[in-house]
Amino acid sequence: MELQKIDKHDLGLFVQNLINNFQVEGVKKKGQSVYGKSFFYGSITAPDELCLDFDCTTMPPKKYFFPPKEELLKFTIGPKSEVAEVIESKPFIIFGVHPYDLKAVGQMDKIWGEGNPDPNYLRRREGILLIGVDPTRVSPRSFWGSMEAASVSSGFDLMLTDLGESYLVEVGTDKGGNLLKKYAKARPATKEDERKRMEFRSKMLDMCKKKALTFPMRELPSLLNNSHGSSLWDEKASKCLSCGTCNIVCPTCYCFDVWDNVELDLTHGQRLRRWDGCLFSDFAKVATGENFRENRTARYQHRFYRKGQYLFPKLNDAACVGCGRCAAYCLPDIADPVDVFNRLKEDVK
Amino acid sequence: MMNQPTLDGSPYLPKWAEISRIEKLTESEKLFQLRLSNGKPLGHKPGQFVEVSVMGIGEAPISISSPPINDNSFELAVRKVGNLTNAMHGLGVGDKLGIRGPFGTNFPTEEAKGKDILFVAGGIGLVPLRSFIKFVLEHRKDYGEVTILFGARNPSEQLFLNELEEWRGRKDIRYLETVDRADGNWKGNVGVITTLFSKVHVEPSKTICVVVGPPVMYRFVIMETKAKGIPDTQIFLSLERRMKCGLGKCGHCQINNIYVCQDGPVLRYSDIFGLEEAL
Repeated sequence: MELQKIDKHDLGLFVQNLINNFQVEGVKKKGQSVYGKSFFYGSITAPDELCLDFDCTTMPPKKYFFPPKEELLKFTIGPKSEVAEVIESKPFIIFGVHPYDLKAVGQMDKIWGEGNPDPNYLRRREGILLIGVDPTRVSPRSFWGSMEAASVSSGFDLMLTDLGESYLVEVGTDKGGNLLKKYAKARPATKEDERKRMEFRSKMLDMCKKKALTFPMRELPSLLNNSHGSSLWDEKASKCLSCGTCNIVCPTCYCFDVWDNVELDLTHGQRLRRWDGCLFSDFAKVATGENFRENRTARYQHRFYRKGQYLFPKLNDAACVGCGRCAAYCLPDIADPVDVFNRLKEDVK
Repeated sequence: MMNQPTLDGSPYLPKWAEISRIEKLTESEKLFQLRLSNGKPLGHKPGQFVEVSVMGIGEAPISISSPPINDNSFELAVRKVGNLTNAMHGLGVGDKLGIRGPFGTNFPTEEAKGKDILFVAGGIGLVPLRSFIKFVLEHRKDYGEVTILFGARNPSEQLFLNELEEWRGRKDIRYLETVDRADGNWKGNVGVITTLFSKVHVEPSKTICVVVGPPVMYRFVIMETKAKGIPDTQIFLSLERRMKCGLGKCGHCQINNIYVCQDGPVLRYSDIFGLEEAL
């Protein structure tokens, strides 16, 4: 493990150098939301736009790897119809990704890379460098402390930790190391710095325990297995608006719809995919009208089972990293996984 | 992390296939015979499906209705019911369709060898099942007793009339049919498909049962197969879902931990009977 450090007053220089040489996307501040300050990922054009002291962004960085809408094919319509694939990628840097979101990116790498590898995701992913940062604040709905997502040892090119006067920087890849060498005033960190980071991380983990699962996360599959008949499902789902917000803000939701768009000239068009969500009422509907998850309870339940049980064997992990975005943005406030899972745990006792 | 070697080309890019024959089956169903424009065989097994495209309209999963045929043609029998199938019904011989696949699991052509087979088809469930029935009839010596049960809502909704006529006359298979509602000319059995089971004798230990029909049919048919003592491990179903990608990603066809486009559409009943939403 290579550890360097950058003095805080030199961070601006590093960011400016990156901006001069790359497209840089990072966390920015956007006024107030109902949950306090709102943060989002956007283009960084000056160092002071970058905010590393955030609790949680509204949307996860998944939009960079898996855009809300993207072209898969271009085609022409008519007797000499032609069709061509579209696979886009451009290199850039994402600056300021929390460990739970890095963990989610790692899960997406696995999902999109395994079985039938998805070139649209994978090519885009190859071009992106990730600069992580340990959280300095905890969003009121976050519970990453319970989801083995408080800190990560891989899945980043560089990983920053705020040590007060300086940032400790862990080098995760050669590409990350080269960035540091070329564009930052960095120097090797000391054992004392490493100890401080450990202390900092354990303090943050404690801060994230205000909201936590009452049981080990790895018990989720068996807990859910015993919770099929719980009254909670109907109770919560009866308030569900089927709006799909929980799907859209989730860093590990990756379902999509595929459809054709035709230009006004009626000659050119694109086959596109866009984010879809299993909470939408027609998600499991087939052409004959049969809907395999017609009622809200079935859809609501499906999402929690997918996060806690269905994908567990594939990921050897829960498909939830504890960011708490679903809880924060659910209008009827029924999507909080901590509320749901702890209640199920109570019920099966 | 990355699976570089298999990254060549988009799995969403269809191959072109030309329509070489169209046959009207009923008021709402047509049979399309197709050949890939690259001259190669589709390479499918009975029970698999393809994603069919009409550019500008979209794409939909359609089961392949023919067994592998050595002239490289394959057949899709399509009910006019959604955007894509309506567009398909407007096409003519010589027109092209986009094809991706074949995808998914196949009927147990190998496992059923030497065993008796009980085919149960409800309505357009006959469309995918036909690929296996025809395969078995082409390799008749490889299989034991063959029984086909076919139920349709009414006589006018019966598909593949020439083939049904052939099956009625064959001595080496048992073909039983029923309609839910008869019309003036119908002289056969009237009633839902389960009413045919009392007329069938099977040896449960050596019988493979393959069932394809509308979702509501499965539960009732399985009650009958249980009554006959056919083990759940010897019952195969083909499930319909809206597979948008065919690649195990988009989530639309997910039943619990199963992706029907990859783990199905043909599934062994004993592998899914505990799953919510499966049937």
